[in-house]
Amino acid sequence: MLKTSEIAPCFPILQNKTIILVIRYLFMILLAFLLFGIILLISGKDPLQSYKDIFTYTMGSAYGFSEVLVAMIPMLLTALAVALPARVGLINVGGEGQLYIGAAFATFGALTFSSLPAWLLLPIMIILGMLGGALWAFVPGYLKSIGLVNETITTLLLNPIAPKIIGFLIFGFWHSPMDTVKTPNFVAAARLPTFFGTRIHLGLVIGLILLALFWLFMKYTRWGLEMRAIGNNAQAARRNGIPLKKYLIVVMCIGGAIAGLAGMSQVSGFYGVLLLNFSLSLGYMGFMVSWLAGGEPLGILLMSFVISVIITGGNLLQLTRGVPYSVINLLLAFTVFVVLARPNLIKGKKV
Amino acid sequence: MLKSPDPGSSPLNVVSMRGITKAFPGVLANDQIDLDIYASEVHALLGENGAGKSTLMKILYGFYRLDSGQILVNEQPVMIQSPHDARAIQIGMVFQDFSLIPALSVMENLALFLPRLPAVLDVKGINQRIQEVSGRYGLDVNPNALVAQLSIGELQKVEILKLLLADARLLILDEPTRVLAQHEVQALFKVIDTLKKDGYAIVLITHKLREVLECADRITVLRTGKVAGTLIRSEAKEEGLISLMFEKKLGAPIVVPKKVSMEKVSPLLELRDVSTHAEGLETGLKGIDLKVNPGEIVGVAGVSGNGQKELGDVTMGLIHCSHGKKFIFGEDFTDKSVQEARFSGVAFIPENPLTMSIAPFMTVLQNMAITRTMKYARLGGLNIDWQAVRMDVDRSTKKLGFSFPLYILARSLSGGNLQRMVVARELIDEPHLIIASYLTRGLDVQSAIAARQALVQARDNGAGVLLISEDLEELFALSDWLIILYAGKIVGNFKPEDTNVYEIGHLMTGSKVEHVENQ
Amino acid sequence: MTLLAIFGVISSAIFSGTSLLYTTLGEVIDERSGIVNLGLEGVLLVSASSGFAVTSLTGSPYLGILVSVLAGGMMNMILGYLVISRKANQLASGLALMFFGFGLSALIGKSFVGTKINSLPRLLLPGLEGLPRLYTSLFKFDPLIYLVIPMAFLVWWLLFRTRWGLGLRAVGENADIAYASGRNPHLIRYQALFVGGMLAGLGAAQLAIAYAMNWTEYMTAGRGFIAVALVIFSKWHPLRAIVGALIFSAAVAFQLLLQSSGVQISPFLLDTIPYLLTLIVLIAWGGNRKHSAPASLGRVYQGSE
Repeated sequence: MLKTSEIAPCFPILQNKTIILVIRYLFMILLAFLLFGIILLISGKDPLQSYKDIFTYTMGSAYGFSEVLVAMIPMLLTALAVALPARVGLINVGGEGQLYIGAAFATFGALTFSSLPAWLLLPIMIILGMLGGALWAFVPGYLKSIGLVNETITTLLLNPIAPKIIGFLIFGFWHSPMDTVKTPNFVAAARLPTFFGTRIHLGLVIGLILLALFWLFMKYTRWGLEMRAIGNNAQAARRNGIPLKKYLIVVMCIGGAIAGLAGMSQVSGFYGVLLLNFSLSLGYMGFMVSWLAGGEPLGILLMSFVISVIITGGNLLQLTRGVPYSVINLLLAFTVFVVLARPNLIKGKKV
Repeated sequence: MLKSPDPGSSPLNVVSMRGITKAFPGVLANDQIDLDIYASEVHALLGENGAGKSTLMKILYGFYRLDSGQILVNEQPVMIQSPHDARAIQIGMVFQDFSLIPALSVMENLALFLPRLPAVLDVKGINQRIQEVSGRYGLDVNPNALVAQLSIGELQKVEILKLLLADARLLILDEPTRVLAQHEVQALFKVIDTLKKDGYAIVLITHKLREVLECADRITVLRTGKVAGTLIRSEAKEEGLISLMFEKKLGAPIVVPKKVSMEKVSPLLELRDVSTHAEGLETGLKGIDLKVNPGEIVGVAGVSGNGQKELGDVTMGLIHCSHGKKFIFGEDFTDKSVQEARFSGVAFIPENPLTMSIAPFMTVLQNMAITRTMKYARLGGLNIDWQAVRMDVDRSTKKLGFSFPLYILARSLSGGNLQRMVVARELIDEPHLIIASYLTRGLDVQSAIAARQALVQARDNGAGVLLISEDLEELFALSDWLIILYAGKIVGNFKPEDTNVYEIGHLMTGSKVEHVENQ
Repeated sequence: MTLLAIFGVISSAIFSGTSLLYTTLGEVIDERSGIVNLGLEGVLLVSASSGFAVTSLTGSPYLGILVSVLAGGMMNMILGYLVISRKANQLASGLALMFFGFGLSALIGKSFVGTKINSLPRLLLPGLEGLPRLYTSLFKFDPLIYLVIPMAFLVWWLLFRTRWGLGLRAVGENADIAYASGRNPHLIRYQALFVGGMLAGLGAAQLAIAYAMNWTEYMTAGRGFIAVALVIFSKWHPLRAIVGALIFSAAVAFQLLLQSSGVQISPFLLDTIPYLLTLIVLIAWGGNRKHSAPASLGRVYQGSE
């Protein structure tokens, strides 16, 4: 492989570090698409046609683009739910479970207070969703702060429990008369409003605002500074008077709250109903997005966009080319693989 | 089948090091050192910290590469480029932080390093071999015990066993008794004696005189990287050894006007019978009674590793007192947090700034702010007044005469600059109580003078300072009271004018000295 | 609660738990060397689908098992390359592997959904010949089931009684010390992953070829994650994994038992019991060194200085 340092003198533009980074990212994405194209070829589909379909739909058509944005919404939030705790060195793999519990709490609000007007009901549901997620993250955070159990393991273990609890609630108390696997449809007041006749719901605005807040928070506030100190060197932070235990618990809970919010936004904005296993590994995808983005808000925005394009494209291919939806996971996996295989290219914090 | 160690096979008669020189950035660790190690002999390598003992032996063990010089085994020159090479010529080393795996059993840890281990573990055979060797040299341990459950003394036995089972003939022990209890020390000496009689060559790296006099046959004293003297046991006396270890060239004397002692005031810091629990290889403090009054510098002398880190940490509140009470500014701070201590005006300059008190991936300026974020917070914490931080930093660095870049990542700073950064930071708010651990380590003469000046100034303004240091000159010049820390205990408490370097040296190395009261 | 019902539960637990146990044994080996594989679900799916496909195409279940085993090893090699040679983050790599497995298995298995295959023979548990037909039908197990417990003992022996196993455990605890003893931590981890992957493949084979005898997308139904939890529950010990696997797989069967005796507990809640148990075990034994995770689990070995 040619080293950039060898070609660089011939092309002055390559001296710029950012340009090199962008080129490397493009190269990696190209590689991923190439690998996937090979797979398509093997299974008898025309890769060029397929890619053309994907891009004209997602980038070329207004509705296609809107679908990409819709898919982005939960990922922005679940990625943030990983990125925030990562700043203090916490590894939160529990987005999946926190998301479900948040959705459950929000559903409780939707079903119980269904007579309230939207401007009252929606904030209640938001708060409930965040509460649920925070609760689910509290135990792992606490156990970590007293040094008993690693949070990676505890958050991971709590994941499969959450959907079971949802199943129990739906089945036992909340199921609609016709269907035992989902609740009755939420009333209009419990639905996050959508825009321009697409399925893009208010969750997008919330997600973008939270990302911006995250960026501002870490950069300017006193707590952001202390959190970064902890993430740099937890023992030194302690010695410098920063209350480590408090931060570990609180930040973990906030991360959980954000994932819970993602759950709420899915059931309220997207589905309008709580159904079993509605999360298609959203929590884990958020983990990967955050990791790919190096925990940086802008990166999260970009990466979740890229991943959403892939997913939406997968839906399309399923309809137009008879490719099983699951196959799009290959493109997803390839994209992450190529990035993983070059670890020294990712700037910023390790997740 | 596994053989028992046979002292007669492949005799290692003498290992010689000639003209060994090794430099690290900023310090010449070994300067033209000559050393001979003979079989059937215990050779003690004596000296203060930083004298170069560890470095020299790590070169012999292949951990470091020598810059120049030669190593000869039985008069034949050899190249030792890695620990593998050293082990191949039967040289083994036991480090201060043991290299054992806690979750595995003793037998498993030993088997891991056996040179001829069969593919299927012959547990009985291995255990038998262990019993043979351990029985012969008094290194009894339970092979089935988990290493995690062993006491420090037992850990050491296992480490020695590891070397013996791997057919080492020259054993290097680096400060082996640092964390041992008295009876364990005696047991170790017996083991060493038996090994010696069986033909092994043993190098004992230590700063403890008593041990040297008890068990060494040959003694080499290192001082600031050079050989200060080599004697055989019969020629060695305590006084002579201490003067070899501590004789200082008279540099520019540090002249510091002493404060006249003030009237009865309440102490800024008081530790009453404080003990801490030692985790693993840490040194537990035992029954520390300490007072720092306003306008006073209390110097703590001692060789690094005798409890200095723990003393600093327990005073700050990072470590719990398992016993005793701690008072800061008259209040009971025994159970209070580090944050509360800092709020009340306690500053802490720890011994290793890079690992202990800075955030390496944040800028220097940001690091300056992390100990007092409340002070710089505006809008309830939503913003930080970096202007104010800059002003404080500028004020502090100007007063100290330091200068270092502010906008680069802290980890890119040189060691000296890091130290300056931490000193500047801690002295910003004119703290009332300063705990300074190895204040001038890594600093050039100018900065060292400035740092000491700052402490003296703080003292003159009524602050109290706990100065932990290895630099006896510094301690004598600055302290109003001098305390000696040895094995976690305070073994001496004097005014500097009432004592001298040799007496302190005695206490630092664990010898008992009757303090003869001069009229 | 009839005897038949109880036997039914036990039989079901054994059938369902075997693939779980194989997978868990494989993951025990991997984690003992310091690598956690969150992509097990994907590994299982790829092994199952390829094994099933080969069985269907060749008519030989034994060939299918072989392919399944190899596929498992190969899938883990992908993880190995990322985590060992490229020093990538283990969690992200594992998750990516999981997604990869989702996609690849769907592709492989697409044309085989609904096909029938020749399966393995079912042999009656020796000693029960005298019982009535109704009972004996519950205890006709395929060879892979009979093999699983001996396999657990084999894994135990491999880890605790061989030089290779000792080196592997040393790498998982402290790769630097393992290196100092003359071993190559990278190589050992690759070996661990391959062996572990083969065991997972065996579990997948048992599930698809011997037990369910069909292929559907996502048929492993979370077994990969359950195995990761099971490894923790068994405190990284292959023999304890036997008990764990039984408990976990019995949860499902247990529900039926409770229902048939009139107890109405939601099956969903019962499903959570294994995970709650694992959490409790973790908390109860959290500080105890003997029962804790291999010390360098999840950490990247930076190599020699």
